Amino acid sequence: MAAEAAEGGGLKIAPMDQFIVKPLFGGDTVAWYTLTNATLWMAIALLCVILLMVMGTRSRALVPTRTQSVGEMAYGFVRKMVEDVAGKDGVVYFPYIMTLFMFILFANVLALIPMSFSATSHIAVTAIMGFGVFFSVTAIGFIKNGTGFLSLFWVSSAPLALRPILAVIELISYFVRPVSHSVRLAGAIMAGHAVVKVFAGFAAVTAVAPLAIGGMVAIYALELLVACIQAYVFTILTCVYLKDALHPHH
Amino acid sequence: MEGDIAQMGQFIGAGLAAIGSGAAAIGVGHVAGNFLAGALRNPSAAGAQTATLFIGIAFAEALGIFSFLVALLLMFAV
Repeated sequence: MAAEAAEGGGLKIAPMDQFIVKPLFGGDTVAWYTLTNATLWMAIALLCVILLMVMGTRSRALVPTRTQSVGEMAYGFVRKMVEDVAGKDGVVYFPYIMTLFMFILFANVLALIPMSFSATSHIAVTAIMGFGVFFSVTAIGFIKNGTGFLSLFWVSSAPLALRPILAVIELISYFVRPVSHSVRLAGAIMAGHAVVKVFAGFAAVTAVAPLAIGGMVAIYALELLVACIQAYVFTILTCVYLKDALHPHH
Repeated sequence: MEGDIAQMGQFIGAGLAAIGSGAAAIGVGHVAGNFLAGALRNPSAAGAQTATLFIGIAFAEALGIFSFLVALLLMFAV
């Protein structure tokens, strides 16, 4: 609908066209088994993570090579985050959080390559990760604490009269978590890429082309920052939710 | 004149929803500014609080993201 409206003017800017999922080998139908540009770029992200980690840990040298030190830095960074935020008993779930971080980071950064596809800009992709975290964390909370997990919603430090109201608010905020968790990542990446495309559209007009290209370079640098920060935010929120599940008492 | 009043409503609604993104920007700026103000008073304690900073920014940003989502839904899904 918006694309039709945009075609009315002389300047054609279709910032959302880059997010269309297309089958790789022709055809129009997209079934669950179809190889699309989304699956291709997710596979590339996965391959890059595997390559980095396999190449990085292969020699296990005392003086690390460049690949090894990048791998070690990524490992140490996430490890420290899990320990600091979720606590010592959260380290058991470190592999899951490390997987999430590496995949999101690589998918975000690879999406910045021109003509590539940004897999994390799709809510379908991020919602799988967000709801995966939500369900697993809720399950961990009930398994570790039993019904004591429900004390997360019963704020014992508040006055007794306020507690039922707070319980309702806490309950709502708990169930909104997976939505905000996944939409934040998808929204930030989608908005950033759409802004770059809009600037690219302005670059077609000769009068403003230098300005538009300068703006694009600036936005691009910002996008690189956003790609890393959103991966960090997704991971640290996972740690926070995990902490809530392990230690529900306020 | 072309289009209909429903489409006009969609576009106006999407524009109104985008105000929420600006409000989220104020919130994020508030969090970051206060963090900086605190960090300059006691720089030695600042390093340990960066995680808290990002969590605060993320929570302030979440509601802005919702309004962005409403704008997107109005533009492309309704």
